[in-house]
Amino acid sequence: MAGRPERGAWAQASQTMLALFLRDIRLSIRAGGGALVGVIFFLAVIVTIPFGVGPDLSLLSRIGPAILWIAALLACLLGLDRLFQADREDGSLDLLVLNGDRHMLALTVLTKCLAHWTGSVLPLVVAAPLLGLFMNMAPLGIGATALTLLIGTPAITFIGAAGAAVAVALPRGGLLISVLVLPLTIPVLIFGVSASYGAVADPAPFLQPFLILAALTLFLAVVGPLAAALALRHGTD
Amino acid sequence: MRLIAENLGGERGGEAVFSNIGFALDQGEALIVTGPNGSGKSTLLRIVAGLLPAARGKVLVEGGGEVFPTVASASHYLGHLNAMKTALSVEENLGFWRAFEGEPALSVEEALETVALGGLGHLPFGYLSTGQRRRVSIAKLLVSRRPVWLLDEPTAGLDKASEERFAGLMRDHLEDGGIVVAATHLPLGLEGARELQMRVAG
Repeated sequence: MAGRPERGAWAQASQTMLALFLRDIRLSIRAGGGALVGVIFFLAVIVTIPFGVGPDLSLLSRIGPAILWIAALLACLLGLDRLFQADREDGSLDLLVLNGDRHMLALTVLTKCLAHWTGSVLPLVVAAPLLGLFMNMAPLGIGATALTLLIGTPAITFIGAAGAAVAVALPRGGLLISVLVLPLTIPVLIFGVSASYGAVADPAPFLQPFLILAALTLFLAVVGPLAAALALRHGTD
Repeated sequence: MRLIAENLGGERGGEAVFSNIGFALDQGEALIVTGPNGSGKSTLLRIVAGLLPAARGKVLVEGGGEVFPTVASASHYLGHLNAMKTALSVEENLGFWRAFEGEPALSVEEALETVALGGLGHLPFGYLSTGQRRRVSIAKLLVSRRPVWLLDEPTAGLDKASEERFAGLMRDHLEDGGIVVAATHLPLGLEGARELQMRVAG
């Protein structure tokens, strides 16, 4: 990199991160990647709700956005434990951390989060409108919920990365990660659901909670990977 | 370029494994770390790589320039694990590390030819035998350039011919001005390499 202009370094970093992104996407769609597990879990939860709640259509449509959000939140947490553990088990994590000297480890973590989100959470967002029909939601409500999920779920992945990095060395860290991460995701859930309601229930505002949701995602996009990188660097053994 | 370890002490789970280890390696020099199980060979290598904090002392490189300023950025670390994904093909695995580690050297094809796995690049890594997996891992050392090779039991699982081929690769690397630190039980076939004998702490 000696003497090369700044732009060269940027181009190199973005190429490196693109390689990591593509590798993780490939892994999530290949056999054993678990990209579909989250969607199937999401589907199972949403389909069960009407049986439990009963055939009260107005009640279903009223709780629809909240149920979609809670189910999506839980489905997000489901695959998080593999985020770093798979790399740790085959030794890749050591090399990712070593190369953190070359390009920031937090950037590597951010890329892994984005790949994880694209591979296993984006399908949830895509499935959400279909599942909204099960909840007797109005088209506007379905659209608003899908939009808030699209904007809000990355925040869950970013917080989850920090939890996954802390629990990376634990053999059955999955549940621990969920317990660690769940309280931190509550603000995301609150603003996601209130924005979804704001779109359909008239006096409630849509834009304000939606903007706070977007701000949360942006804030956590910085804080989550930094915390995860710190935990990974001190967690190697 | 020079790799220097000063007065290193290593701990595992709070207990001292070794202390007062120091060495300085110039370009073209190799250090073979030997010793019984549990004497801290792997711990030493991980401390040198910066993957474990040193209990005492420090490791540094001199003269690495802007490209290799720190030990971590100047090193290839080949541990017990191969750092390859079984679901991806050999080519995809090596191609990823080549792009991710930067400083590309040999192409994936050439590196596979060098470890005598040419033509197997399309296979999923999971289909390969233990020795072949190790050879892919060795090919990873060749696809991106690093002056320092930190090798932990590099020949585990290799057959006789592959061991000799790997010794040749290490000699080439040393002739190019590289540095090798290898922990091993087996002779690696490096003439003139320095030896560090570790003992189990009292």
